[in-house]
Amino acid sequence: VNAKSRTWTLGLDGALLAPVRLVMAAIDVPLRALQKAAGQGGMAAFFLLPNMAIFTIFVLVPFVINFAYSMTGGTAIFLDSRTFVGAEQYREIFSCTNFLDPSSCLRDEFWIAVGNTAWFVVIQVALIVVVALTTALVLNRDIRGRSFWRAVFFFPVLLSPVVTGLIWRWILQRQGLLNLILFRLFGFEPYTWLTDRHASFAAAVGVSVWAHVGFYALILLAGLQAIPKDLYEAAEMDGTRPTRTFWRITLPLLAPNLLVVLVFSLIRAVQVFDEVYVLTGGGPGTSTLFMIQYIYEKGFASQLRDPGLAAAASILMGAVLVVLTLLQLAVSRRNEKKGEV
Amino acid sequence: MAGIVRFITRRRGDNGWHWTDIVTWVWLIGGLLVMFGPAVWLVFSSFKTPAALAEFPPSLLPYVTQEVTVKGYDHPLPLYAVTMPDGKTEKLAEVRRIGLVAQMVDPANPGEIVKINISNRRPVETVSFAISNYTEPFIHFDFLRYLWNSVFVTTMATLITLVVNSMAAFALSKYRFRGQHLIMLIILGTLMVPLGVIMVPLYSVISAFGLFNNLWSVILPTVATPTGVFLLRQYMLTIPDELIDAARMDKASEWQIYWRIVLPLAAPALAVLAIFSVVWRWNDFLWPLIALSRKELYTLQVGLSVYSGQLNVQWHYILAMTVVTMIPVVLVFVFLQRFITTGIAGTGLK
Repeated sequence: VNAKSRTWTLGLDGALLAPVRLVMAAIDVPLRALQKAAGQGGMAAFFLLPNMAIFTIFVLVPFVINFAYSMTGGTAIFLDSRTFVGAEQYREIFSCTNFLDPSSCLRDEFWIAVGNTAWFVVIQVALIVVVALTTALVLNRDIRGRSFWRAVFFFPVLLSPVVTGLIWRWILQRQGLLNLILFRLFGFEPYTWLTDRHASFAAAVGVSVWAHVGFYALILLAGLQAIPKDLYEAAEMDGTRPTRTFWRITLPLLAPNLLVVLVFSLIRAVQVFDEVYVLTGGGPGTSTLFMIQYIYEKGFASQLRDPGLAAAASILMGAVLVVLTLLQLAVSRRNEKKGEV
Repeated sequence: MAGIVRFITRRRGDNGWHWTDIVTWVWLIGGLLVMFGPAVWLVFSSFKTPAALAEFPPSLLPYVTQEVTVKGYDHPLPLYAVTMPDGKTEKLAEVRRIGLVAQMVDPANPGEIVKINISNRRPVETVSFAISNYTEPFIHFDFLRYLWNSVFVTTMATLITLVVNSMAAFALSKYRFRGQHLIMLIILGTLMVPLGVIMVPLYSVISAFGLFNNLWSVILPTVATPTGVFLLRQYMLTIPDELIDAARMDKASEWQIYWRIVLPLAAPALAVLAIFSVVWRWNDFLWPLIALSRKELYTLQVGLSVYSGQLNVQWHYILAMTVVTMIPVVLVFVFLQRFITTGIAGTGLK
């Protein structure tokens, strides 16, 4: 039976691959000519070309002309019909009488978004580290069906942000699951959570932790499993208490992975948008307005469109991300140097 | 049941329960409820009628009030279980309700109208799945169109991603040339440049190429992903150069070396990238939201978000379409979860 099924799959593969093979062989003819002209090394350029062309057009060029955009004003989309204003956009962003009070700024919404994002990053990253670490420790224990439980915590990671946002919007609305549970357990009257400023912000944090924590738990679990078992055995033989083992062996050896999780989740938290946008739409008011949504609305969605301002805001956010990315590269460089523990 | 519990909770060593065991199981069971519960609730809700969705407290299963056709009445009447004054329970159909009093008839005896206080009756409910939540959006709205757009974008983007990135990774791993380090540096440096930072100028680049309101505007900016190049290059570095030298001796062209030797050997890494690419592109939201403004070009994610953002949200359709949008990812999760989790643990990418 085995041999038969193998020939069957081979046949299927053959049928599927036959046209591909034909195309590849046809391409080979002009490419041999090219190779003759350009030489072996020249072919490297050929292989790089498609990727580099797409990358240049759709990533590098926008990246560069973003600076030009941030120096122009008006509502026009195309650069050539926009007026040059120099550093005016930045000056307006930074014209505040009191930097701790967004309402004292000319661009008050920008600073509200900055403040919201900062709070979000701090709370969400702290929660992610704690929850992911607990989950990883639990999954690393001697439990049955570990791959099942690992999958349980990983499940929301793959869901699309729109689906995540809608699921939770449905749970937090008036006739939703949360109100049902509170009603059945405590007899609470139904409440519209997403119309409350604080509840809405808490929901934004909670939902994004729910959606991403499984990913970080996996990284930490991999780190835990790389810790040599004999260290624990030695500790046990010395009669070390489990809490002491945790602080003296587990945590120090997990530190590189924890650092990766910290920096990764920081970078991602700064860019929070999709699921929160679907969940709350940035509201009520501006209570869950974050940086990316601010840029999106200033650039495209709002009535008073201001692409220059959006570009300036995105460059400021990009600067923060560059710092975080350099931090990440430094972390991974350090981990590499140390090698596998 | 007790046997199952004992099987699941059985521990190696068997030296009694420690407080950490209790924490472990509370965490696991709690995790099961919190992680899967919302999705299960969504699926059950998606089969409810609009009337059932507006009820509080909501039920888990989709119930509808049973209806009967009674002779002499044009429309089917809702059926209620009524506690009669003599304490017996009878099934009566409601004709109309005036204040606290319901006028009801016995379906078997339609002539006689009985007046009942509404606190003495309960609707007779049966579990019924509102399949129309699923069928109608496909007929009346453009959801089939959105589904097709999503499938098209995901497939094309993934195919191009694989070809373009594997070619670049081949060049970067198997050739020595000037500027190689610079290119690697650029790739590493932009690993983390998010779309959010470049969306304003990218919009004008797209428009300049005449791609605005075209599905290719969603596909092209995503395909040259530095993550993909990086992942494939790291894998191709492990392919021994001797194989390639041997092929060159046999007068194989560089192109043949690429597609007949390197590509098949890099299949595991290609598979990981393919899975990631499918999930990424299926879930993409912000850029399609910007680049596609014509309704018939929406992807599922954009369509869902636009419909759910309307003033009068038709939740019964939205919920059903959310479930549909979830299906491919759930399939990937069920069948390919192992690859993804080992991929993440190994490379730390998402």
